[in-house]
Amino acid sequence: MQLTNDLTCAELVELVTEYLEGSLPPLDRLRFEGHLAACPWCANYLDQMRRTIVAVRRLREEDLDAELRDALLVAFHGWSAGSREG
Amino acid sequence: MDNPEASASAPSGEDARVIASLRAGDEVAFETLVREYGPAMLRVASLHVRSRAVAEEVVQEAWLGVLRGVGRFEGRSALKTWIFRILTNTAKTRGERESRTLPFSALAVDDAGGDEPAVEPERFATEGRWPGHWTSPPSSWSELPESRLLGAETRAVIDRAIANLPAAQGTVITMRDIEGFDSDEVCNALEISETNQRVLLHRARSKVRNALEEYLEGDRGCS
Repeated sequence: MQLTNDLTCAELVELVTEYLEGSLPPLDRLRFEGHLAACPWCANYLDQMRRTIVAVRRLREEDLDAELRDALLVAFHGWSAGSREG
Repeated sequence: MDNPEASASAPSGEDARVIASLRAGDEVAFETLVREYGPAMLRVASLHVRSRAVAEEVVQEAWLGVLRGVGRFEGRSALKTWIFRILTNTAKTRGERESRTLPFSALAVDDAGGDEPAVEPERFATEGRWPGHWTSPPSSWSELPESRLLGAETRAVIDRAIANLPAAQGTVITMRDIEGFDSDEVCNALEISETNQRVLLHRARSKVRNALEEYLEGDRGCS
């Protein structure tokens, strides 16, 4: 049985998202993790991908541009007044 | 009979409360939603149209669609899923008027099609003892100071990388990784398959990682 050597690095990088999503079939998951245990470079790659996701999450903004927000509130009042009259 | 669909026919607790407030004309409820989803909506809209001004119009149009529809909203999907479906449909329609002619689902298939490797193929050996193994391996980022990876400059690099993605890829990474939707919610909002969603996310994340690697490790004198 050979679980570690039958997956190349080039193949592994294409499976990273499926791995992180938990959607790799069990045998593929074993091959993936077997490769990782033996290949520090691919372990680096997976770690980079995890850090990338964390960094992307930081883009989340807590508020909208004030001008656009105000325009939306004006629209809301228009809708609100109209829907009550109707 | 426990029918899981039955519970989906009425909005969940929090959604139901927000919807009732909107219907009652509660400005605070509306403003809370706008603050919560507005930034991601603007980001997604920007991927479909050419200018920031048009993207803002798309966001406004989408919110009007939300308000017009909220009286009839039955809660078949989560409120945020429904809001983003209206947004992507509005953005898509505006994008079509500008130049694109594909519906979003076709756009999604397009952006997920063809061969688009996560890492440049030149970084792997094509012959020798270890074909398919790294010749130019990724380095460890674990020693990087946090400010390097999460600082304002890096943030701008990521922002640019996402803005440059094909629309469907940018939409999926924005909803999944910035906004925190789960994959079902994204498939539902965009009306795309699970596989399609995953391929789009994979390509988007891979490109952002590439951009980060180039920035963090320097492009070694290349332009």
